Amino acid sequence: MRRTQVGLLAAILVVALNACTVGPAAPGASLTIFAAASLSDAFEEIAVAFAAANDGVTINYNFGGSQQLAAQLNEGAPADVFASANSSQMRVVLEGGRVISGTEHAFAYNRLVVVVPHDNPAKISTLHDLARPGVRLLLADRAVPVGQYSLDFLAKASVRPSFGTTYSASVLRNVVSYEDNVRAVLTKVALGEGDAGIVYTTDAALEAERIARIDIPDELNTVASYPIAPIADSANPELAQAFIDFVLAPAGQAILVKYGFIDVREAREAGFSGGGFVRMAS
Amino acid sequence: MESSLSQHGSKLVRRRTGPGRRRWLWLAAAPLLLFLVLPLLALLLRLEWAGFAANARSLVVVQALALSITTSLLATALAVAFGLPLAFVLARVQFRGRIVVDTLIDLPMVLPPSVAGIALLMAFGRRGLVGAPLADLGITISFTQLAVVLAQCFVAAPYFVKAAAAGFAAVDRELEHAAALDGAGRPQVFRLITVPLAWQALFSGAVMTWARALGEFGATIIFAGNLPGRTQTMPLAIYLGFERDLDVALTLAVILLAISFGVLALVKGLLKQRVGVA
Repeated sequence: MRRTQVGLLAAILVVALNACTVGPAAPGASLTIFAAASLSDAFEEIAVAFAAANDGVTINYNFGGSQQLAAQLNEGAPADVFASANSSQMRVVLEGGRVISGTEHAFAYNRLVVVVPHDNPAKISTLHDLARPGVRLLLADRAVPVGQYSLDFLAKASVRPSFGTTYSASVLRNVVSYEDNVRAVLTKVALGEGDAGIVYTTDAALEAERIARIDIPDELNTVASYPIAPIADSANPELAQAFIDFVLAPAGQAILVKYGFIDVREAREAGFSGGGFVRMAS
Repeated sequence: MESSLSQHGSKLVRRRTGPGRRRWLWLAAAPLLLFLVLPLLALLLRLEWAGFAANARSLVVVQALALSITTSLLATALAVAFGLPLAFVLARVQFRGRIVVDTLIDLPMVLPPSVAGIALLMAFGRRGLVGAPLADLGITISFTQLAVVLAQCFVAAPYFVKAAAAGFAAVDRELEHAAALDGAGRPQVFRLITVPLAWQALFSGAVMTWARALGEFGATIIFAGNLPGRTQTMPLAIYLGFERDLDVALTLAVILLAISFGVLALVKGLLKQRVGVA
């Protein structure tokens, strides 16, 4: 939420500054990028690198839940690029006509992890402990990609004998809130309000000091693919494409890896991108 | 005599300026009125009325509606019960730092609700100032219905306190003195003289508080979280519905609008005057 506000403030400043800057280097060139909340830190750094390589182009971000951004885009919000945390929200925008089919690319991958506050008040050490009565569990709402993946994980675990068929139902009984944003889950667990939460590994990396992690094995996990695409009616299509190319190029990929994402090459080698665990639009 | 004169005078003025001037006045007044009404109208026009009845009966809508009504009424009751003495102090007691206290009470009305939510979490959260000792006793407030009520009360109670203080300040002190001279004790004076005389301000203040509590969103989602049937009030269901199912969101929005409009209009009719924050 703070990031969004900073972004907004930046956007206002940029508009104000652009109005009075006159320079030879693409005067007033700016991009408005709608990006999933989980991308905010990595994309802030990419913006700096991209601007340095492109004559100080200014980038205005709108970070939020992918479903929220998709809804805004389909209601006509002006934007140049959309980076979603899953393919289904990208498909929503495709169907809304704001993105042309075939112009989207998967640029990063991510997976789920269970987080608990560092002092672990509910003494959760395994995934089974999430089903223990009285645990205050925080999930993202199922409208948010990570919320849906969390439910998928519970469903997958429930068909395994080691967890048992009641696992999902028992865990869901412990949910005290379905947050509208993955960062809200992370913050509330880090604050100790929740006993446990399910977030992306990239989010967990941000609060490493205040939380502990419990890994979810790959066979129960969902590897989320992040697609990026130019908005069809972008006022600045070339610059929009340049940004996307930058994200897919080694410089952009290196920044994403730094923030805990799985890059395209690693995903290909691990077999994620060829289907398998990857959550495709279903 | 005087009143008939002034009536006559105003008729004269009206005739002199004619209907033309009225038209210009309306033209000047219309843009803001239109701006305020247009989005609400768009909401009504966008709603698929065919599915309205079915959507209105869906579990998420019914749960959110019931929860919103009970929590907002509870928040209002708390605001009135604890707001009355505070308003009386503000209206009648002269003390140093009165302006500071008065301004502090204004703050929740002007703060972004998200600030209110974070502040409530810092105070009543499990690691909070008051919340931590309570948690040691086995009482947790965050993510409960109590948290919803507290969030609503925090942002909405000032509306009652301000209105009630203004009402108390406007009561003719002579009447209170007269009652006291006739042997009424202080509580009796308050109950039988002050409150009835300030009734209109108290009532409209309570209604404003209720309306604000009903619409509370930001503090609730941060402090109380979002669980259908427990903490998901109408505004939260509308917000998540916007991302999940626009029709449900629109249905809820229209119900909320209808309730708010109905209650406010009814109260204004009862009071025969504009309900203001005073």
